[in-house]
Amino acid sequence: MEISYLYTRKRSEFGRPCCFSDQAPTVNVDIPPDPGLAGSFVPRDPVHTSVQHSTEMSEHEVNTDRVKVQSRGVNHMEGGWPKDVNPREADQTARFRKKLEKDEHYVNIITQLGTLMKHCTKQNNAINIYEEYFEEEEMIEVEMEPPSAKTINAISKLTSLFGVLLSKRDPNAAKRTATHLSWCPNASKKLAVAYSILEFQQSKKDMSLDSYIWDLENSSRPEMVLKPPSPLVTLEYNPKDSFMLVGGCYNGQMAYWDTRKGQLPVEVSTVEVSHRDPVYGAIWLQSKTGTDCFSASTDGQVLWWDVRKLSVPTEKLVLDISRKGILKDALGAVALEFESTLPTKFMVGTEQGIVILCNRRAKTPAEKITCTYSGHHGPVYALSRNPMYPKIFLTVGDWTARIWSEDAKESAIMWTKYHSAYLTDGCWSPVRPAVFLTTRSDGTLDIWDFLFKQNDPFLSLKVCDEPLSSLRVQDNGRIVGCGSKVGTVSVMEISSVLCTLQRNEKNLANAMFERETRREKILEARHREMRLKERTRSESRVMEMEEAPAESPQEVFARTQKEFLEVIQAELRRKARAEAQQ
Amino acid sequence: GIPVRTTLDNSTTVQYAALLQQLIMKARSTVRDIDPQNDLTFLRIRSKKREIMVAPDKDYLLVVVQNPCE
Repeated sequence: MEISYLYTRKRSEFGRPCCFSDQAPTVNVDIPPDPGLAGSFVPRDPVHTSVQHSTEMSEHEVNTDRVKVQSRGVNHMEGGWPKDVNPREADQTARFRKKLEKDEHYVNIITQLGTLMKHCTKQNNAINIYEEYFEEEEMIEVEMEPPSAKTINAISKLTSLFGVLLSKRDPNAAKRTATHLSWCPNASKKLAVAYSILEFQQSKKDMSLDSYIWDLENSSRPEMVLKPPSPLVTLEYNPKDSFMLVGGCYNGQMAYWDTRKGQLPVEVSTVEVSHRDPVYGAIWLQSKTGTDCFSASTDGQVLWWDVRKLSVPTEKLVLDISRKGILKDALGAVALEFESTLPTKFMVGTEQGIVILCNRRAKTPAEKITCTYSGHHGPVYALSRNPMYPKIFLTVGDWTARIWSEDAKESAIMWTKYHSAYLTDGCWSPVRPAVFLTTRSDGTLDIWDFLFKQNDPFLSLKVCDEPLSSLRVQDNGRIVGCGSKVGTVSVMEISSVLCTLQRNEKNLANAMFERETRREKILEARHREMRLKERTRSESRVMEMEEAPAESPQEVFARTQKEFLEVIQAELRRKARAEAQQ
Repeated sequence: GIPVRTTLDNSTTVQYAALLQQLIMKARSTVRDIDPQNDLTFLRIRSKKREIMVAPDKDYLLVVVQNPCE
């Protein structure tokens, strides 16, 4: 059925004013109710409806424009001299001053102000009015505070490529992972971040190669840009000299910067003798010259360098646990650890889940590898020693974090539960011996206190939606920086509960670690015993097997049948006896 | 402001004079804004390293820099 309406109008009638007229209401359609349809409906009684009378509110988020702040100095010059006095002429100014001093008004005022000032200085000299009262009581109050972590700063980068020329903010069309963070050793307000893309062949041609040093006060612009030959995977400040940094690149080279000298590296290692895979760990060593460092990579080598001469590594080690030095069998290194209190030993975490403890001073390369600890199912992404108990170290990999003791070689002494997301990085808190932090690939930062609770983290904080890739605690234990997969670095401050040493904590932590170590040792001894017994038993069983085959199959059959019948009979007798007793 | 008499070196004095003059003006206007009958009599700034005390007047300022007893 087509409904159309035809409307015609004469051309001469166009533009005529409309003339509306009233019309009585007319009924167009009248549909009476159909009682037949009532059968398909059921009355509902009672009917619940909700009504609310309240002010309607809506939620809005507003972000102000970033205010660009710049620090400038002001030069103060003397001013305010009356017109007839020339401030450069010493005698004129002296004359003016002397005249002023003789003025009566001046004398009165000075005496007045002088008494007032004397009163206050005497107050100051008498007592220290800003003294800390009730210091002991304050300590107890602090424990009641719920633990929290506040985000101080989220340093992020814009994506527009053309921003370089216009707004001076660092631009990156492709988002790169913040793979490594390093705090400046003394100033503690500077953070060096290495950016690179770790996924295989994900880096685009126009991706920027730079890594940045940020100042915490200014989160819109990096304080300094470092330009390596290839993106940096790891970056470390020299703990002795806050101007030197060493970085390991994605293509295996090592580069060394001096921040006083500029953005380009002072020296870069030659490609032929460097690593063949990205350098995942680079750490400065303790030495007299303060210029030694070593690096590890997934190509299975650990190389030692002197940064003054990066053309040739000073020493080389192949991570082959069969101790033959074959590069093909070597394990790829993903994490490197060095503690300056134990200068001859260092640890390497591998892709295969094994941690290798090595001794630098060994005579032959075979003896360099002291012992191995295996226990992770996946690559060991982070490795760090407890700053107060160097025998205890933390490894982070696959879905757990494990605590090991150097003495217990078979397994970890303590471990966290299996999480639902990969753990990507972890480190100990430098002030409290039983507190460590881990980051997960669902963007959560966990702070664990193993003295308090071992099943769950003490504090779990969702930092962002993207996976977190790196974590570093500043030396005072209070400020934590974590980098995410898209390049955002969040700097957070943890509440004082988690960074002040409680009374007795050192002793308790020590006792806990020793207890767990002892437990592992006992288990280890037991395992060894059982294995020994198995071995002797299997040997004796081999001898028995040689005597038995003298029986023929029929005799075996008859023997088994007899045994079976005997067993049945014994069961029947037992049941009869039981029934008789009832 | 013009330093009339000082026991510190010239550049420090000039700097203190200029900065404190502006601060005193601001502080005085703040006090007056809150209560017009009120007036600033004394200003003490205690920092980590030392304490600065300023006694203002209509035409002059007396500034004392002291190391607090600790």
